[in-house]
Amino acid sequence: MLDWLAGLGRSGLLVIAALGRSGVFLMQSLVGWPRSSEAFRLWVQQVYAVGVLSLIIILVSGLFIGMVLGLQGYTILVDFGAEQALGQMVALSLTRELAPVVAALLFAGRAGSALTAEIGLMKATEQLSSMEMIGVDPLRRIVAPRLLAGFFALPILSLIFAMVGIGGGWLVGVDWLGVDPGAFWSNMQSAVGFREDVVNGLIKSLVFAFVVTWIAVFQGYDLVPTSEGISRATTKTVVYSSLAVLGLDFVLTALMFSNL
Amino acid sequence: MRNQRWVEVSVGGFMLLGLLALVFLAFKVSGLTYDPGRSNFEVEAFFGDIGGLKPRSKVTLAGVVVGRVTSIELDEEWFEARVVMQLDERLKGKLSLDTAAAIQTSGLLGDNYISLTPGIDDEMLVHGGTLRDTQSALILEQLINQFITNSTRD
Repeated sequence: MLDWLAGLGRSGLLVIAALGRSGVFLMQSLVGWPRSSEAFRLWVQQVYAVGVLSLIIILVSGLFIGMVLGLQGYTILVDFGAEQALGQMVALSLTRELAPVVAALLFAGRAGSALTAEIGLMKATEQLSSMEMIGVDPLRRIVAPRLLAGFFALPILSLIFAMVGIGGGWLVGVDWLGVDPGAFWSNMQSAVGFREDVVNGLIKSLVFAFVVTWIAVFQGYDLVPTSEGISRATTKTVVYSSLAVLGLDFVLTALMFSNL
Repeated sequence: MRNQRWVEVSVGGFMLLGLLALVFLAFKVSGLTYDPGRSNFEVEAFFGDIGGLKPRSKVTLAGVVVGRVTSIELDEEWFEARVVMQLDERLKGKLSLDTAAAIQTSGLLGDNYISLTPGIDDEMLVHGGTLRDTQSALILEQLINQFITNSTRD
């Protein structure tokens, strides 16, 4: 009984210690990041790795989610003779919820796991320690550009996701099922507000970008430097960031949309 | 890792695509400032009750969409709704002065729209003209209410 209690206490302490380490880690990497052209070059390279290379999966899944929304929405709305409301249904669900959340989940799977594995392998093969030996701070050289690139790339990806998704909904609803295009766009425009929906969605995806990238990079930096440790940390990255995204989404939605 | 030039070019393209998406969401989806290349044939009409009419609602003639509502405001003198609509430029000078405007509903739950009925007057509507013959929105609850009060009186 006492052992069980001690085990619980130990795991609690470990969680809190890891939280503290990750906070210190974040501060150390971001504070005093040099604004040189070399630092900018590293950042651009990471934006390419996490942003541009994630573009295909975002475009394809955005298109299909938009098309499915169009199809499902149409079959439900047509029962009420309200298929003109398809545009506003597709646009609202995409800008408010689906684009930030699904883009963040895909980002965690596509880019977050890659970040963890890359940094983890650097640690396991002692590249990070050798950098320290020659006087290069790995937090600034390796970690900071990846963090900042992730913060920057995911909001853009989620905007692109929303745009492509609405295009997909338009494709199915207007082009295929024959909803009136004027009603599609005008209902959408009267229902979607820039401040309430687009900007709030963008804020959501900024928060998700921060959390997902932070988890991914920290898991890579903090792992046990063995092959098993890398595999475990990669799994943890995907699981933790997905849970964090879904949980935070509820909190953010409650804060943003409860009084609309 | 590919060469630096390609990386920079594609990141630039990525940023542009993101900007494009933001502009699309702002203007096309949320209609931030919607300006449909203004046609210069605008008329106004006063209604006692506009029901659920909204800016950008349809204006139809014989069921064909011929324009959009551009603005709705309260006329503070007569306490009526002043509805400004933009009509197809091809109709300019072809609609008579006594054209009637009625607010109707598409289906039971559908949107409100304005339907125009041409008149017989020899004079034609001009840009900025006013439709005199208007019919307010039909409010379903009021109709039911009237029906109930009438039937209980019998």
